[in-house]
Amino acid sequence: MADTTNSPASAGRRFDEATQTETVGHEWDGIEELNTPLPRWWLWTFYACIVFALGYTVVYPAWPGIHSATQGVFGWTSRGQLASELDAQAATRAKAVAGLADLPIEQLPQHPELMRAAVAGGAAAFKVNCVQCHGSGAAGSKGYPNLNDDDWLWGGDLKTIETTLIHGVRQPGDDMTRQSMMPNFGTDGLLDAGQISAVASYVLSLSGKEKPSAMTQAGAKVFAENCAVCHGDTAKGNRELGAPNLTDAIWLDGGAKADLVAQITHPHHGVMPAWGTRLDPVTIKMLAAYVHSLGGGEEFQAPAVATGAAPAEAATQAVE
Amino acid sequence: MVTVLARAGLWLVVLFLAVIGVALAADGGFAIHMTIVALAALLAVWFTVRSADYTAIARGILKMPDQGKYDDDPIRWGIIATVFWGVVGFGAGVFIAAQLAWPALNLEPYLNFSRLRPLHTSAVIFAFGGNALIATSFYVVQRTCRARLALPGLARFVFWGYQLFIVLAATGYVLGISQGKEYAEPEWYVDWWLTIVWVCYLAVFVMTIVKRSEPHIYVANWFYLSFIITVAMLHVVNNLDVPVSFVGSKSYPLFGGVQGALVQWWYGHNAVGFFLTAGFLAMMYYFVPKQAERPVYSYRLSIIHFWSLIFLYIWAGPHHLHYTALPDWAQTLGMVFSIMLWMPSWGGMINGLMTLNGAWDKIRTDPIIRMMVMALAFYGMSTFEGPMMSVKTVNSLSHYTNWTIGHVHSGALGWNGMITFGAVYYLVPRLWGRERLYSVRMVNWHFWCATIGIVFYAASMWVAGITQGLMWREYGADGYLVNTFADAVAAIHPMYIARTFGGLLYLLGGAFMVVNVWQTIAGKLRAEAPLHNAAYDPEADKPIVAAAAVH
Repeated sequence: MADTTNSPASAGRRFDEATQTETVGHEWDGIEELNTPLPRWWLWTFYACIVFALGYTVVYPAWPGIHSATQGVFGWTSRGQLASELDAQAATRAKAVAGLADLPIEQLPQHPELMRAAVAGGAAAFKVNCVQCHGSGAAGSKGYPNLNDDDWLWGGDLKTIETTLIHGVRQPGDDMTRQSMMPNFGTDGLLDAGQISAVASYVLSLSGKEKPSAMTQAGAKVFAENCAVCHGDTAKGNRELGAPNLTDAIWLDGGAKADLVAQITHPHHGVMPAWGTRLDPVTIKMLAAYVHSLGGGEEFQAPAVATGAAPAEAATQAVE
Repeated sequence: MVTVLARAGLWLVVLFLAVIGVALAADGGFAIHMTIVALAALLAVWFTVRSADYTAIARGILKMPDQGKYDDDPIRWGIIATVFWGVVGFGAGVFIAAQLAWPALNLEPYLNFSRLRPLHTSAVIFAFGGNALIATSFYVVQRTCRARLALPGLARFVFWGYQLFIVLAATGYVLGISQGKEYAEPEWYVDWWLTIVWVCYLAVFVMTIVKRSEPHIYVANWFYLSFIITVAMLHVVNNLDVPVSFVGSKSYPLFGGVQGALVQWWYGHNAVGFFLTAGFLAMMYYFVPKQAERPVYSYRLSIIHFWSLIFLYIWAGPHHLHYTALPDWAQTLGMVFSIMLWMPSWGGMINGLMTLNGAWDKIRTDPIIRMMVMALAFYGMSTFEGPMMSVKTVNSLSHYTNWTIGHVHSGALGWNGMITFGAVYYLVPRLWGRERLYSVRMVNWHFWCATIGIVFYAASMWVAGITQGLMWREYGADGYLVNTFADAVAAIHPMYIARTFGGLLYLLGGAFMVVNVWQTIAGKLRAEAPLHNAAYDPEADKPIVAAAAVH
């Protein structure tokens, strides 16, 4: 290059002025190359990498033969590592799992340590199996119940939740599945459009969403004749039948007038799988404990149904 | 006359076959593609017939181009194509980054993430990078061999044929035509076309070296040659497949299961190794010494790191398949070859950076040198990060996370992008015979936009990747996994937005390049102060006169 000059002291050899390094003597389109030796640190690091690589292939499976490869002196396998890591976590869980396996769920509240472990395990199982419908915070969405509130369709004690989990809701082929079938009042011609509108207004008036009027009075009559048989005279619902409480401003399928009309005309019937055929009994106990722990869990033999004064934030989350 | 007829006839055959293809097409995508091919063939016939010099043919004397000048037409087209496809590719990248941050931007069915993602990767790697490599290789091989391009007609075919490949690939992705192999998505007929184009490229390059006037072959040409030959081999082997119909777009690969995965990642990793590393090192070996006006640091290092790089790189692919169905021994070999690759990769960085010995001041005064130095710095970083991520313990954390995305982009945006921008800025005034670039200051703006963009991009993806890796593997005290997949997605959402911002800055830098290149070609010069002036104080610029002397 410009600053590469012939040194008179060494005839035929060219030195770069800035670095005092000899050039190789070739030139391409003005580009020359210096004859700098390989940087020592570079070379020794390269050798060190090669030595490490060779050592690694002795210790771990590496050299392929005709039928199999060398196993390595550590006897390591990736499947073995996975198995041992899973085993280590299983060992952490083993005591609680064994304890839960033998314990009827009714006695779980008497064992706080097991209860805590069950809730932790249930939270993990919930994230894998339940969030797809109930949401990652178990708050549900339209058509999928919110599990955080104290409004239960089938009951909120541990045993009842466990039963619901095992047999599911409207699960075909399970004799004990939760079955509730509200008739298609509109599409089957049981009520006309005026009656449906009136009864929807009446139901809304129960939670103060609509002011009493002639319409709601007409609706009250329709309700008494068609609905009270399941939802009860006071519309507080019936857990034996899975009939929702209609007075608490908590709605599974939406709380607007149009939603109610749609639901009465042609009800939406959600389905939950019978988890008893998919998950082991301990996991189901854990899930029951987790759902019970979310805020609405009830004591055993608590006959009281949910009151109309549901938490305000729950009103926006449709469970029922 | 015979040549003109032969060429026109060849294009007519292509046109005829394409029309038959449209008529018999088994699916709509294939019909659209054959229509594009037919239009391209029609254009080729028209140009062949129209541009022939009939008077010269009639007089029996062919008008020869000036043998005393280098054949630079395909290089000029290639530089324009590089800039054009670059901005298209960066724009597609910013858009898909925004789609990940705001999923509502997925416009079904043509513009969803899964179709635009290969459009982005192919646009930046093959269209932007590929055009840069073809154009610079034609430039460099002529200069360093002191010989005009051999087979000039074929060189023009390589350029236009390669553009047709890009158009077929890109439209195919949007139409949903893909063989689903990362970086090898185009279907069988596009693969065949690229094979033809690539063999012609090899012929032009090798024949130019053969007719060289220099006694030795310059190091840049070793790298270009290894890139062209290896990419041909990788492309053919990874695209061995059986078309369902010769008039349909669908095909099935010859290799299945884990063998297919291994072939794919042998291809995929060496696409990085030979396309994005060897090819761009070739660019570095010419443009860095030219721009710095300094001799290459070490001839010996260039020999040793060239041969060790190409020998070791080809075995490193299995590190993409750690903890999969691939046998453990093959995973081990993928890892140890990656570790041994560290120093050979760094040889290129040392040779590039140390070439600046004696000219380090140019980093302050020359933004093109600044770009090249930043390119080499990112090259060094990502070729250290790569071997580190190939270590199984690290890989168990980083694999399938955004860390991989960050790694790829620090290499792609930092190394491939910056060295290409440097080469483009070097070439444009020389190719169009301009005194200088329209604006050297604008190169500086491009440099800073791109650099800050890369920092946002790489940093956000590192944080996102490590967050994902740690959340996925987190066990609670009771022995249960703590997080769902969706929890990890929610956690990295801010990082996705930061990444989009980084990409936007990089795209803005690209926009400066478009303006600068456009204006330079138009022959304009921006009135601007030079980038650097040494301080000058006229008050101090006088001798000190002793007080006694005054009297």
